[in-house]
This record gives sequence, structure tokens and C-alpha cells, in this order.
Amino acid sequence: MRLLAGARGEAKVLAGGQSLMPMLNLRLAHPDLLIDINPADQREPSLDGNTLRLPALTRHRVLLEHDLVRRGCPLLAEAVRYVGNVRVRNRGTIGGSLAHADPTSEIGCCALASGAQVVARGPAGDGQSDRTVPVSDLFAGYWATTLAESEIITDVLIPAARPGTGWSFHEMVRRTSDFAIVAVAVTVNLAERNGAIAAAHVALAGVADRVVLADPELTAGLMGSTADEDLDAAAARIAERLEPASDVHASGAYRRRLARVLTARALRQARARAAGEST
Amino acid sequence: MTQRQITLIVNDRDHELWVAPSDTLLDVLHDGLGLADVRYGCGEGVCGTCTVLLDGEPVSGCLILAVQAAGRQVTTLRGLMGPGEELHPLQECFLRRGAAQCGFCTPGMMLTALDLVRRSVSQGRGRPSRDEIRYALVGNLCRCTGYTKILDAIEEYADQ
Repeated sequence: MRLLAGARGEAKVLAGGQSLMPMLNLRLAHPDLLIDINPADQREPSLDGNTLRLPALTRHRVLLEHDLVRRGCPLLAEAVRYVGNVRVRNRGTIGGSLAHADPTSEIGCCALASGAQVVARGPAGDGQSDRTVPVSDLFAGYWATTLAESEIITDVLIPAARPGTGWSFHEMVRRTSDFAIVAVAVTVNLAERNGAIAAAHVALAGVADRVVLADPELTAGLMGSTADEDLDAAAARIAERLEPASDVHASGAYRRRLARVLTARALRQARARAAGEST
Repeated sequence: MTQRQITLIVNDRDHELWVAPSDTLLDVLHDGLGLADVRYGCGEGVCGTCTVLLDGEPVSGCLILAVQAAGRQVTTLRGLMGPGEELHPLQECFLRRGAAQCGFCTPGMMLTALDLVRRSVSQGRGRPSRDEIRYALVGNLCRCTGYTKILDAIEEYADQ
């Protein structure tokens, strides 16, 4: 933390290195100082009451396999299958992925849909200055976060899934392991009383300069709903509101269409899972 | 840049080396130690030709610094061979099935496949399916074979 504060923005923090190292190899980044934080933390995922606590250096492979993650955030455990290749998953970390803030990030997408927060540690480095930042306030644009240059992410906190929570992750890629053209992560909670939707969160990647959470007002119409047609209508409303850019991988219009189709599939699957129907 | 001395444990042998903090593990293994079975392909972790096992897990040698691997077990394909350079059973399968053409991707393919089979067996899931093998190998590109014979070879090895 002392080195980072002293470098005045000319340092990069090296976590798993699966995005930063390619940037260094390709000379896209040339920091004065590289700070390797890998030896700094050996903690494992843990459950604090109803909160799943993932240390920032938790590797993707651990997210995929760890029992607490599979039970506490099955959405994340499933989505990590789509991240990179086996070597990326062996080294890449959840904190590094969120700090890198890629607009096509599967992990960022799941963090948003799960209502995750990050713990950011400031220059004092003693834990006294720690603050929590909802992931919905973390991303600031292409590969940019709202964290100060002297802050690092130490933990990711996720409200643990409860019975009655459904989840789903869908993405479209040209080839397995590529960056997502569009990815969608959904969580749905059903009311115990009548099985109608009590809460729904939809997060999308690949549709803007950052991963985005659909406006709650667009999912508000789902409250109390029990019909699949309502889910499809909500997906259409969410997609209409997006203005994805065109690039070499896909046109903006195609991305918007994917957003609608994948969101509808994800909502249906999440609701079915929340209701205990096997999918 | 100031060099520093590290101990790299490669294929069960200790090497005392002077490295720059910016040297990747790939730089040191290929250029420093002359291990031709670890190769520079893309430099961004996509192609898999620099795959090595770090404490038994596949990683990209181009995306980890040599200083980060100090004191840890690094295994290259060569490390799978016996003391008299006897072929590993997986290498025998690759030969028998004609799973290598130019051979550039082959070491990375084999190390990734070996990790998959070991992990699948040790976690009680038994022999990986052809689809699971395909999924594990998405990060190892081959421009010659079309993959079919590579999958055949790995299935034959997994059956043993």
C-alpha cells in the first residue's frame, strides 16, 4: 500500500496477471512499478453469517470448485466456466477481474446481479480506512473503476443465495473461451406465499462501456408475476433501452437482439430454478 | 534493470539463476535454460504453447514472471519422461495416433491433457468424456491436425 501510494498513479497492481501481463507483453501498459500482491493474502472463501466473503485473490478455479461458492453463489460458480481457459482460471482472480473492469466480464456481470460489494483498502493500509463499495458503483467506463489510484480491492462480499433464489447465466461467443459478445446474469427471488416474483436483477456484459445492471424500473413490472410472457416482455424492455456499440465482433443491433433473447432465456431458467423445477 | 538471484525448481532439478524482475517464466525456461519444449506463441495466454505445470497446475509461462515461480515446482513436458528419456504413456498415445504434425502445440496439449485426466480421476469423476477433453483444450490451439487425432490420443491415454 505504501509503494502504491508513493507511485502516484504510475504503478500497477499484479494479481493473477491474466489481463495485465498480456498488456505488458503487448506494450499496451508500461507502468514504472509493478506490485505483486500474490504473497500478501492466503485466505480462503468463508461465510460470515449470510455473506459469502471472497478474498480478492480467490482464483477462478476456486470459484468453480469451492463448496461454499457453489452453495453461496451458484451463479458465479456456473459463469466461471465461461471465463478464459484452464490456465486463465488457475491464475486469474476475482478481485483482479473486477479491478480490470472489462465491459465483457462474466465475473463483473455476476457480481452486479448478485448485489455484491467490494472492500477497498486505502493508502493507510491498516484496515482502518477500509470502505465497502457496491459493485453497482464500481465501474466507471472501459477498464476504469471509481476506486482511487491508491486503493486496492481486498475482498468481495456477496449476499449468500437462499432457498427460493434462482439464477442463470447465458452468453454468446464465437468460440468457447473468447470474450463475450453479450453475456447475461440473472437472479430471481420468489415469494414463499404464492411463488410469484418478489425480486429480479438482470446484469449484462458486452452492451456498453461497462457491465450494466438493468434499471430496476424495467424489472419492476415482474413483481407478482407468474407468467413466462411477462419475463419475455421485461427482456424486450431491457434490450430496447440499450445502445450497444458496433465493433469488429458484432453490430450494435445484433448485440441488442442477443440481449433480448439471452435475457428472456435467463429469466425463464432463473425462475424455474427458484421454483425448484430442475433445468 | 537490477537482476536478482532465484532458485527455480524445473523438472525436479534446482537451478540458481540471475533474472531480471521483468523476465517471464517463459523467457527464463526457453532462453535461459534452453528448454525448447516451452514455446513463445501469442504472448497473451491464448494459444497454450508456453504451458507449464506450476505446482502441478497448467499456467501460461508467458503470463507469469520468473520471480513469481521461485521455489515452486515447475514441470515441462520433458519432466514427464523417465530418467533414460523413456516416453511418457501419453506421448506413446500421441505417437500411435499420429496426434502431432508440426509439433509446436504438442507439449502444451499433453500437459493440459495430463492435468485434466489426473484431476478428473482424483476427484472421483473417472475418465473425462470427449466433450470434457474438448472443453479443457480450448486454450491450446493446433493449426495442423484438426484436433481429432489429439482427442483420440487423449481418450486412449485416459482409458489406460
